[in-house]
Amino acid sequence: MSTTELREPAAQPEGRPMRIAVIQRIVPETPESSTYWMTWRGNDGEGYAFEAGQFNMLYLFGVGEVAISISSNPMHPHHLGHTVRHVGRVTNAFRNLRPGDEIGVRGPFGKPWPLHEAEGGDLVIVAGGVGVCPVRPAVESAMRNRDRYRRLILLLGARTPDLLPYKDQLDEWVALMERLGVELHLTVDEAVGTWLYDIGVVTTLFPKARIEPARTTAFMCGPEVMLRFAGRGLRELGVPAERIYLSTERHMECGIGLCGHCQLGPYFVCTDGPVFRYDEIAPLLEVREL
Amino acid sequence: MWHIEREGLGRLIRLLADRGYRVIGPTVRDDAIVLEEIEGLEDLPAGVREVQGPGSYRLERSNDGRLFDWAHGPDAGKRFLFPPRERLTEIRRDREGMRVGPAPEEDDRPLALLGLRSCDLHAIAVQDRVFMGLDERYRRRRERAVLIGVNCAVPGGTCFCVSMGTGPRCTSGFDLALTELADGFALEVGSRVGQELRDALGARPASEDERAEVDAIATAAAERMGRTLDVSDMPTLLYRNREHPRWREVAERCLACTNCTMVCPTCFCHDVVDDVSLSGDVATRSREWASCFSAEYSWAAGVVVRESHAARYRQWLTHKFASWIDQFGVSGCVGCGRCITWCPVGIDVTEEIAAIRATDGAVEVRTA
Repeated sequence: MSTTELREPAAQPEGRPMRIAVIQRIVPETPESSTYWMTWRGNDGEGYAFEAGQFNMLYLFGVGEVAISISSNPMHPHHLGHTVRHVGRVTNAFRNLRPGDEIGVRGPFGKPWPLHEAEGGDLVIVAGGVGVCPVRPAVESAMRNRDRYRRLILLLGARTPDLLPYKDQLDEWVALMERLGVELHLTVDEAVGTWLYDIGVVTTLFPKARIEPARTTAFMCGPEVMLRFAGRGLRELGVPAERIYLSTERHMECGIGLCGHCQLGPYFVCTDGPVFRYDEIAPLLEVREL
Repeated sequence: MWHIEREGLGRLIRLLADRGYRVIGPTVRDDAIVLEEIEGLEDLPAGVREVQGPGSYRLERSNDGRLFDWAHGPDAGKRFLFPPRERLTEIRRDREGMRVGPAPEEDDRPLALLGLRSCDLHAIAVQDRVFMGLDERYRRRRERAVLIGVNCAVPGGTCFCVSMGTGPRCTSGFDLALTELADGFALEVGSRVGQELRDALGARPASEDERAEVDAIATAAAERMGRTLDVSDMPTLLYRNREHPRWREVAERCLACTNCTMVCPTCFCHDVVDDVSLSGDVATRSREWASCFSAEYSWAAGVVVRESHAARYRQWLTHKFASWIDQFGVSGCVGCGRCITWCPVGIDVTEEIAAIRATDGAVEVRTA
């Protein structure tokens, strides 16, 4: 009966209700990932809104749930895009989905990119491979509010050109960015075929981008090894640790800090993250198998 | 403090059952003291003693008929408030599409947990911090539950509640707390529900001698702890020793069998799994206990984050004794010692932490 001091009751216990969405379009992105575009069934989207950097738990009937970051524009919460890499039990079952199929959606969960922190200064977004997917909504938001930032710099990389998502929109983006004065730099570790941009790991773009550390707020997303090197690189340039943010990945099952799987040191990535400030998380990223 | 005669405990069990409670208490099954639904005094482990050590649990018999001269078996309140497997929801799919149904029905009788030790009561308080704000099922079971503690007279060989400040005497979190005396039980009341039960039992006030005896039993029990553990400098001790060679050393013994996490009364990690009906149109989502010692626990984006047993052991021990404090404001360990007793190779958390403390700051040299 007597209960001790407790965590603040969640506004929506049980991890938010499951809403139903309908797959509209499936766009292959890389050899192992596709973007699933969906709209809500009936009134299921009522009250749904998300911020750039948050994720949803997507449910496939009889298979299970998986945490996928939202890759679409936060201005359009009724037309959601999730880029799914087919690497596990649930994500592989996504291959069987066809337009018209239904999936369950709980969310949104997690801390978003702190776009307001960058306002008035330069926003540098560094992303590698599928790490481009969680930053895409931040890019879209920043472009929509272009006047809130001085320079807007995008440094995107992948191992090879075919591993870079959203290529079908690349030309459109390049044109739009030119018009908005967004500085886009693209690189791949190994070029094959006709690749018009840079070659080298994403950190090799730093000098080229002429980052001005005192004015910069940086967002990073990508494989942990890239995060380590990009983080160190930005620090060496003089970007303060408390103005670098990164999105991390761990196994997430509940989205509300209850199932325990996503722990990273003292943090629950699903509620304390997935976006962390660099100084909170950098020492943890240096520890193997943490 | 109050007093009931030995038969009063039998009356308490029946009284709770009559009021609609599912009464859970200690009983002997498979050569261990476990918690199960009980109907009366005769179900309790009379004259049973435990011998516990690292990787070892054995029962012995005596003829004195004493009911609580043991510490605890593998079960704690967790198995009832947070069941090992629990159906959460049913999702149906037909021509109309997918429909998320209500939770399947379960035994809705409120729980009366009898025979919990002070460590077990503290463990429930620890899990309250995890679940109460986030989980309706847990909260419903918890708020309706009656908790009846029994003070330890004979701690186990792996117990260290004194070091963790969680026992051996029940001081909080109970409705009623009993101490077994020669002619019955001393009774302490911890809540309004406990007060009502005491009144219904017709307990008489305890005598001065009886009070003194309860104090003496608690003092003696505190001196009979099987283990001690220095928890000063937590959580930082374990945070600054993430690269300590002891993790690899203990991993050579650890089988990653998950036993420690299954018997731990505070471990709360779980999976949610789907079962599909043969007809293929109903999926049942169930919650199951998970363990950070399994590979799939840390599976993320196509890789197992904690591949080595060393990393898994480090995660468990560091979470339990260190990061738990950051997350929930208390240690995740209540010093019950179950993880030591039920470890098939007898790994002892008190020994592992002491070893790290003794060589604080040591760093493994990697050659790879």
